[in-house]
Amino acid sequence: MGKINKISVHSHFLRIALLVMSPLLIFADNGIEMADTFRQDGKIYVVVTVMLLIFAGLIAYLFYVDRKVSKLEKSVHAEKM
Amino acid sequence: MAVIHRVCRTFAQRNIAMILKRDWWKLLAVFLVGYTIVAGLLGEVPRLPILNETIRNLYFHVTMWFVMLLLFTISVVSSIAYLATEKPLWDIRAETGVKVGMVTATLGIITGMVWANFTWGKPWVNDPKLNGAAVSFLGYAAYIILRQSIDDTEKKARISAVYNIFAFVMMIVFIQVLPRLTDSLHPGNGGNPAFSSYDLDSNMRSVFYPAVIGWFLIGYWFYSLQVRLKKIKLQLEDASWEK
Repeated sequence: MGKINKISVHSHFLRIALLVMSPLLIFADNGIEMADTFRQDGKIYVVVTVMLLIFAGLIAYLFYVDRKVSKLEKSVHAEKM
Repeated sequence: MAVIHRVCRTFAQRNIAMILKRDWWKLLAVFLVGYTIVAGLLGEVPRLPILNETIRNLYFHVTMWFVMLLLFTISVVSSIAYLATEKPLWDIRAETGVKVGMVTATLGIITGMVWANFTWGKPWVNDPKLNGAAVSFLGYAAYIILRQSIDDTEKKARISAVYNIFAFVMMIVFIQVLPRLTDSLHPGNGGNPAFSSYDLDSNMRSVFYPAVIGWFLIGYWFYSLQVRLKKIKLQLEDASWEK
């Protein structure tokens, strides 16, 4: 509970800071909290890259298994003939 | 040198030609889900209360349930086809559909619990949508246990095919019908904000629809691998087995 309060106090502080600087920073903001600063820092690209890399690894493994199954199918088929 | 070059070229051509001809949908799946990850995290989303940035879960959590629905549908159609034809391949398809569908359902439940723990403060609340999902999950778990409890192959296939039709109808009632008749905390139900209440948000639609197709194809890929393996097993066990 304490942690949640801390986060919201922190983000309120950020919001006030943004409001003070609002002549410079214009957001399409309707007062609902989004990860705008996180995105402005460009850190979201790190997350996207990590997720793409893990996805690529999983897909590479999937293709590998797929090829193994194809080979097995061929050998079983050859045995039957 | 020339020989190596020629061997490499024919190998590469054959592989690429084979992938493009037979496995083009796997490449499409990779492209669409890759696009989902990039556009899902970077794209514009509406600013909604409660959901905030977690509205992006639509591209991952909701699609898992869609894949489950697809696989369970494949499964129930296969079960009906088994009852009509009594061919063992249809039983394999029905069984695999349920098993792979259970995997994506588990992912759907776990991702939902992570979100609920953050948003509602508890991983599970007594809500029609959540409990409906749990009941139908248990219904399909019973399908797997039922299969394991019958030794005779044909009896197993027939009884579980009949049960599968029952489980599918229960699942549709518990997940699709009942939560719509009552109030639910789940986004998109009972006036809670979700994608559906902002149906005109074309930004989210341009990610969500490709995401559904991409995850459908990935789910079907897992399913087809399992079916192929079980087919090989059947062919090795039974010499007289035919298509």
